[in-house]
Amino acid sequence: MTLDIITPDKKVFTGEVTSVTVPGTSGTFQVKNNHAPIISALTKGTVKYKTGDGEKTMQITSGVIEVLKNKIILLLES
Amino acid sequence: MGSLKEVRNRITSVTSTQQITKAMKMVSAAKLRRAQDAIIQMRPYAGKLKEILENLSENLESSAGGAYAKQRPVKKILIIAVTSNRGLCGGFNANVIRNINLKIANEYAAQAKEGNVKVLAIGKKASDYFSKKPELFEGQYNSVYAHLTFANVSPIAEKIMKDFADGMYDKVEIVYNQFKNAAVQNVVTEQFLPIQPPAKDKSNKSKKVSDYIFEPGKEEIVQDLIPKSLKITLFKAVLESHAGEHGARMTSMNKATDNAQELIKSLKLSYNKARQAAITGEILEIVGGAEALKG
Repeated sequence: MTLDIITPDKKVFTGEVTSVTVPGTSGTFQVKNNHAPIISALTKGTVKYKTGDGEKTMQITSGVIEVLKNKIILLLES
Repeated sequence: MGSLKEVRNRITSVTSTQQITKAMKMVSAAKLRRAQDAIIQMRPYAGKLKEILENLSENLESSAGGAYAKQRPVKKILIIAVTSNRGLCGGFNANVIRNINLKIANEYAAQAKEGNVKVLAIGKKASDYFSKKPELFEGQYNSVYAHLTFANVSPIAEKIMKDFADGMYDKVEIVYNQFKNAAVQNVVTEQFLPIQPPAKDKSNKSKKVSDYIFEPGKEEIVQDLIPKSLKITLFKAVLESHAGEHGARMTSMNKATDNAQELIKSLKLSYNKARQAAITGEILEIVGGAEALKG
């Protein structure tokens, strides 16, 4: 599945990932292949995503995630 | 016609002025490119945010905007004037200032009489102008242009949003130069707050996939997203104005370079004429002298 991490200043990441973990406002959750469509607000915490060459992490303060048909879009503020 | 030396001096000074304007034009062209890139970088975020918001508000009551959508009788107005920090860019800044003055004189005359119209300046040119009118001047944010990032602009938006929610203002507008292309900037006024209900899109062209799971809930997400989209609105205005500034400076410096070229041309003509006249005069003298010797 593909992941796009977008901030107002630039596109931080775009590419293939196998799993994404995000800090949702009602609890951290993980998105894997064929996840149901979801829109969730995110809170302060760590975003983790697994790509071909290992796991990457990122600190965020707030944002929103949209998952639709194996396409994940993360809108972050910084 | 001045003496030869005078004309020569003027040619030198015009030439060096031309070099400066040419350099400024090229600097602006480079900066314009970067400013345009920033706008392009921001677009995916803004577009996606708008899409999600529209998707959400589709099946929500119009009251979901919360504190930022509250329509109050318009008594206190804040106008955000977005200008540049530097001049030499044609009518770029003057247009914004004129537009605001017109607004205050006509549309908001009643509120202005009671001193309830305030101007918040982003950019030195507007703050220079409005700081001389203390009854209007609210404050300035001139330093955002040093590092024009979202992180720097959003505190401004946050402060304005808070003031609006606290009832300090009933209406907030942004006046800025919209970037059309390098040669054209339009002064536009955008209502920042209260949020206008989204225009009903009758042509339901997009295939709605509304079976999303919403966490924590639609309303909460909307509450969360509206401040973000407001910040983006202000950020976009500042970015557009920034790109417009460089476009305007590029055009006006290009014109200045052309003018200098014209000036040099006509100065050179008169320089050559004066030189030729001097030579002719000398020859006449020599010939006259020779004739006298012969005589």
